[in-house]
Amino acid sequence: MKLLVLLAIILLIIAGHQLLRIIELSRGLKKTKEWQINDTDNDMMGKAMLAFMILFFLFFFWQINRWIDRSLPAASSEHGVKYDALWDANMYLISFVFLVTNFFLFYFAFKYRGHKNAKAVFYSHNNKLEMLWTVIPASALAFIIIFGLKYWNEIMSAPTDVNKVTVELYAKQFDWTARFPGKDGKLGSTDFRQIGGTNSVGLDTADASGYDDILVKNEFHLPVGREVEMLMRSRDVIHSAYMPHFRAQMNCVPGMVTAFKFKPTKTTAEMRQDPYVKQLMAGINKQREKEGKEPVEFDYVLLCNKICGASHYNMQMTIIVESEQDYNKWMAKQRALKTLASN
Amino acid sequence: MGSTHTTTALEHEHATHHDHSHHDDHHEESFVSKYIFSMDHKMISRQFLITAVIMAVVAMTMSIIFRLQLAWPGEKFAFINAILGDKWGKDGILDPNMYLALVTIHGTIMVFMVLTGGLSGTFSNLLIPYQIGARDMASGFMNMLSYWFFFVSSAIMLGSCFIEDGPASPGWTIYPPLSALPEAMPGSKLGMTLWLTSMALFIVSSLLGGLNYIITIVNLRTKGMSMTRLPLTCWAFLITAILGVLSFPVLFSCALLLIFDRSFGTSFYLSDIYIGGRPLDNVGGSPILFEHLFWFLGHPEVYIVLLPALGITSEIISTNSRKPIFGYRAMIGSMLAIGFLSFIVWGHHMYMTGMNPFLGSVFVFTTLLIAIPSAVKAFNYITTLWKGNIQYTPAMLFSIGLVSSFITGGVTGIILADSTLDINVHDTYFVVAHFHIVMGLSAIFGMFAGVYHWFPKMFLRMMNKKLGYLHFWITFISAYGVFFPQHFLGLAGVPRRYYTNSNFPMFDNLVDINIIVTVAAIIGALGQVIFLFNFFYSMFRGEKAPQNPWNSNTLEWTTPMANIHGNWPGALPVVHRWAYDYSKPGQEHDFVPQTVPLAEGEHDGGEH
Ligand code: HEM
Ligand SMILES: [Cu+2]
Ligand SMILES: [Cu+2]
Repeated sequence: MKLLVLLAIILLIIAGHQLLRIIELSRGLKKTKEWQINDTDNDMMGKAMLAFMILFFLFFFWQINRWIDRSLPAASSEHGVKYDALWDANMYLISFVFLVTNFFLFYFAFKYRGHKNAKAVFYSHNNKLEMLWTVIPASALAFIIIFGLKYWNEIMSAPTDVNKVTVELYAKQFDWTARFPGKDGKLGSTDFRQIGGTNSVGLDTADASGYDDILVKNEFHLPVGREVEMLMRSRDVIHSAYMPHFRAQMNCVPGMVTAFKFKPTKTTAEMRQDPYVKQLMAGINKQREKEGKEPVEFDYVLLCNKICGASHYNMQMTIIVESEQDYNKWMAKQRALKTLASN
Repeated sequence: MGSTHTTTALEHEHATHHDHSHHDDHHEESFVSKYIFSMDHKMISRQFLITAVIMAVVAMTMSIIFRLQLAWPGEKFAFINAILGDKWGKDGILDPNMYLALVTIHGTIMVFMVLTGGLSGTFSNLLIPYQIGARDMASGFMNMLSYWFFFVSSAIMLGSCFIEDGPASPGWTIYPPLSALPEAMPGSKLGMTLWLTSMALFIVSSLLGGLNYIITIVNLRTKGMSMTRLPLTCWAFLITAILGVLSFPVLFSCALLLIFDRSFGTSFYLSDIYIGGRPLDNVGGSPILFEHLFWFLGHPEVYIVLLPALGITSEIISTNSRKPIFGYRAMIGSMLAIGFLSFIVWGHHMYMTGMNPFLGSVFVFTTLLIAIPSAVKAFNYITTLWKGNIQYTPAMLFSIGLVSSFITGGVTGIILADSTLDINVHDTYFVVAHFHIVMGLSAIFGMFAGVYHWFPKMFLRMMNKKLGYLHFWITFISAYGVFFPQHFLGLAGVPRRYYTNSNFPMFDNLVDINIIVTVAAIIGALGQVIFLFNFFYSMFRGEKAPQNPWNSNTLEWTTPMANIHGNWPGALPVVHRWAYDYSKPGQEHDFVPQTVPLAEGEHDGGEH
């Protein structure tokens, strides 16, 4: 078998070599050189440019048509709604610019394809025109900057809701822990030197306000309609807490506490009833069926979005958003650290 | 088109000028000094090019390996086992650590070895002395060192792939603590040390080269070659070199501090870490400091990659449209603006790091400012085509491809520059799509364009046109096939640097997109075989090149078709006009080389 392959390769090389010889010999007979560009080349390539443009634009719309319904569902947080509006506005704008400029590029490439008897126009600059296309992008960008920064300041400002929920997301290779402050409403202070044993997030045992803190893994719950203040820490390397459904993301950096706040607006149950989410899940479950996997229901997730090592691709936590009562019921079932430790 | 313009009278005034020592001594050179430790800019340029081509093939093969994994996770590929062996590709399944390693080395090679060292090294070396009318670089010796540092750096980077624990794998951005702690991943052991060593040597190479390019352009321009007559290629190389000289030292310090943290127990980037079952002693450092230092180079770096490509295509588009480049001064102005602004936008990579949000706002502003000169450049290219007489050489095809990818990738930059919008797409495939299109494709297309266009000067032979056409269309179509769909992965929230998307059910419906991307990547990779064949075959057996095959105006086409020391056998040419007198009214031919004196009453610089 191996011998046959080897033989085939050798034969191919010989055939290729002979072919090249013939081409090289015939080259000598021609008056024009192979590399010279003639009118046929220009005509063909010019038309190919136009054809490419058409295909490219068709491909662009085909992708949108086919794949846009696989985008994340509409935002499930208050600021996320504004985020989506800003995203859409910007997307329309850049799609327009993308189409128009690519059109002119390929259209000119087609229209002005060379010809033996043609002569180009000697046109070296035009200050008015250049001013025009400096000013137009500048004003479009001004619009983008103004709205972008307005929302940015809102999103990044300190939480104001007196009724806010505080959660700490603690990242390590390769999982998440969520920490709630417990009855006193205060997260206990931390000290990385005390990590170990049951003290997996490094609580400072000298600080009594940490005794009632609640630690959960795999899944945590949030009440709908209340501002959530998320604080992020990391034990080892940089991770990033990414909650795409809420349009929320912040890096978790060792040695620092970072923060992000948002207000969930839709419960997990509501999401499962949402027509868009339903079609999304139908698509997902169709594929899972093909692969022989169990069907799944929609869930909010927390992903790690900063390369952190071998299992970076699998650092996940489920987030359940529910009504205030359900949240309180869930919270009541959680056990404070002190009781955990004394067990 | 008109006949080929040949030598000017000036070249015959032999021997009167002896402004350079050795241009006419004809001693036989030894093989070693001619081909290996050469100090001739043309030979060094070819050395850079061939090294870069080899590195690009390696990096491309790596991308095919990890693309196979992404499209068919868990599937067994004999190909993967054959290349990676049983340790990293057991049963033909890629190991997760190796996945990250391949992504890291792929990115590092592409960005630094191919598109910084390879692109600038090849074309700055080839074109600066040729186009400004100099005998060689200011310092041939430094230039030779620049190549050999590059060579050793590339060799170490490749070599690091064969060590026990595998090469560096924290991503090409090597953020600590991941890259600082050997406990964090196997790739942060010896592989990371080798990566840092390789990069330190690379920086040395880049500085030696860059200083040389700057000094040469500033000091060695021939008579008449004023800065306002300088071809845009040289302007681009000059600004690129300045960016490199100002920013690479910062990367060097950045890497040096990381080396200290790794090996000497310092805490520049480390604080409050518990890993490998114990708390570390380091306190007081900050990984954010690393990010600032890294991106202070990192952002200018993307322009270091891009500007030479833009310079190359300015030249090629003008020549092959048979028209002056539109807005020559605006092109220079926008390159200067881009160069300046590129130093104050680095924070746009750090919106989500916990950096002060107000600081973020400042970076939003500066980043969006940089979009303006970039837009001006794109419009100027398009206007240069308008009413041209476009000659479709393969180089011209790639140049138009560059303008398209520069636009297509550039517009998504506007989204990412907006800190608010960056929240949800930061570090997702939307970013992968953006930077590959705007930086990867544009720069690679620029590099291909340059190779096709200046091949006759480098190897004195012509590349095959039809193979060039075929190569272009396969590359162009598959490139968009690879990177356009990745935007949609980003819209679905897929993070980058994931070994597989199959661990989150929410990504299960994206399998077909990943398959399309991988298939396009494989087709694109096979298309490069056509290029490799054409390149190496034409080097030895291509048709003999005439002196000025593209009827071009710049000085390199006035040199004889032989690689001689000192470039011009006689005196240096004298320049009388800018480089863009194509189709000038009242001229016999549709091009007027820079060495032709202005006629009485004739204006220079695009006026007529
Ligand atoms: C052969 C065509 C190419 C393919 C199929 C390809 C594919 C990929 C993929 C899938 C990733 C990993 C993305 C992730 O998981 O984050 C990646 C990363 C990267 N690629 Fe490419 N790429 C190609 C060409 C290029 C070129 C021409 C450049 C030059 C700029 C480039 C630069 C990079 C960089 C900088 C990274 C990031 C590496 C990191 O995350 O550390 N690639 N590429
Ligand atoms: Cu992580
Ligand atoms: Cu940047």
